[in-house]
Amino acid sequence: MELRLLAPTGALGAGFDTAGFDRGEALRPHVIACDAGSTDSGPSALGSGRPKLSDAAVIRDLRHLLRARAALGVPLVIGSAGTSGRDDAVDHLAALVRKLCRADGQRVRLGLAYADQPAERLTRLWDEGRIRALPHAPAVTRETFSSSHVVGMMGVEPLGELLEDGCDVIVAGRASDTALFAALPHLRGADPGLTWHAAKTIECGAACAVPPSANGLLATVRDDHFDVTVLHPGARLTARSVAAHTLYENADPFRVIEPSGVLDTTDASYESVDEQTVRVRGARFERAAEYTVKLEGARLAGYQTVIVGGVRDRVVIRRLPELIELAQGYFAAKIHDVFDGRVDPADVDIDFRLYGAGAVLGAHEPDKLDPDELGVLITVTAPAQETARAVATFVAHAASHLPMPEYDGLVTTIAYPFSPPETDRGPVYEFTLNHVATGITPTELFRSSVENV
Amino acid sequence: MATLLDYCALVRSKNAGPFTLTFDFMAKDEFTFAALCATGALHPGLFASLFHVAEGDVAVTAVPAALAIKVSLPRPVVQGARGDSDTYAGQQYGPLMALTLPELER
Repeated sequence: MELRLLAPTGALGAGFDTAGFDRGEALRPHVIACDAGSTDSGPSALGSGRPKLSDAAVIRDLRHLLRARAALGVPLVIGSAGTSGRDDAVDHLAALVRKLCRADGQRVRLGLAYADQPAERLTRLWDEGRIRALPHAPAVTRETFSSSHVVGMMGVEPLGELLEDGCDVIVAGRASDTALFAALPHLRGADPGLTWHAAKTIECGAACAVPPSANGLLATVRDDHFDVTVLHPGARLTARSVAAHTLYENADPFRVIEPSGVLDTTDASYESVDEQTVRVRGARFERAAEYTVKLEGARLAGYQTVIVGGVRDRVVIRRLPELIELAQGYFAAKIHDVFDGRVDPADVDIDFRLYGAGAVLGAHEPDKLDPDELGVLITVTAPAQETARAVATFVAHAASHLPMPEYDGLVTTIAYPFSPPETDRGPVYEFTLNHVATGITPTELFRSSVENV
Repeated sequence: MATLLDYCALVRSKNAGPFTLTFDFMAKDEFTFAALCATGALHPGLFASLFHVAEGDVAVTAVPAALAIKVSLPRPVVQGARGDSDTYAGQQYGPLMALTLPELER
């Protein structure tokens, strides 16, 4: 058996080298797959539905993928649409696919797999004790499910159903990155250890190449090994660079958890075939006793206005931490006064980060930093945007005229680069879940639809 | 005295999901990998004290095929939560660059 899986890019919309992609197409893959999402850029995409990457960048990549798919007559599988994999992001990406297909005169059978989880379902699972916390999970109450936007991370099974239905293009909501590549080999009965390991190796595109990039990789899965090949000119793969990819953004370098089990790469071996190809064997897939679907949730955490400034005077730099602490009392009284008691100062967070003096590590900064110049980021978070902005305006004013005991008279203590100094950031979100749903079938949390475009 | 950069070709920190902080120490070659493992410098206690977590929550794993050591621990602040200053957790390795290690003797 030989199955070739093409990963054109690490993320739909990240872009890729077309010479490398053409080479991948010429190697006649059995499936083209690509992930379009991640939690890595934070809770905003899942909370708001706004993707990280622009439509223009996504369309650029999509056009190449659809054309190659049509030429080869093989399925194209895209998962975690619009960064978050929310239902509205699936619909948005599906609309782009329809538009491009129509413009290009392509006829495709389009399958959509949705991953949003309604609050009623989650509350029922919670009441039945079927939602389990993963390591370092935040505390959850019943209310968490109604206040959060929640997606489930699908495995190969919902994708496999759409492939069996004959779909040419699949746009999926939140999905395990590896499942996008593993779905077809899974249907064809390929070795699960090799399949999941091949999928894990190529899901970030050429991130494991030397030098790393967002370009593509091809995996060729055979009976007792798989080959991984880098496609674009000027890139190499080494046994070590491929082995090292199991570490990337992964807590445990030997065990990768999937909905249906665990990929164990402890006994995997890596051997260089040529400059562009590495042969891999030995990984095992341990089927789990029960199927689990990971849940990701995000909810609104308030509205923000930010102020950026800088300090150059060492006398002010030394005084600043204590003056900021003193100012917090003044701000609380001012909020009470300005809003005539309608806003509780406890609901407004006024945070100062002093760049140059430990802002990056915060409470974990082990060194006493002694800067000559300081960057100041002031973040005001409140239940409403107007409140955040109103508070930020007097915070900006007060912070620029801190009462310096060393100086006799009014001094300007912060330099603001912008006029006005305040910038609204809009709604901000927080992650609320690191859990799995248990006692479920692989497909019951996901719905799908199929259409001919 | 030597630093991590005498032993490693790459030191990085990263999210492993929003709730886990992970570090990769990629040795320069087999010799520095063995030497780095032998120093025992990257022990759970170091990360527990730097990031104020329990030692039992810090996992240190050597990955010989990658000539690498991986360290994972609970993220000190959940990604994107109020007070998080490093969305990708990409600069959390910073203080480790000041770590002093035994001189390498080839």
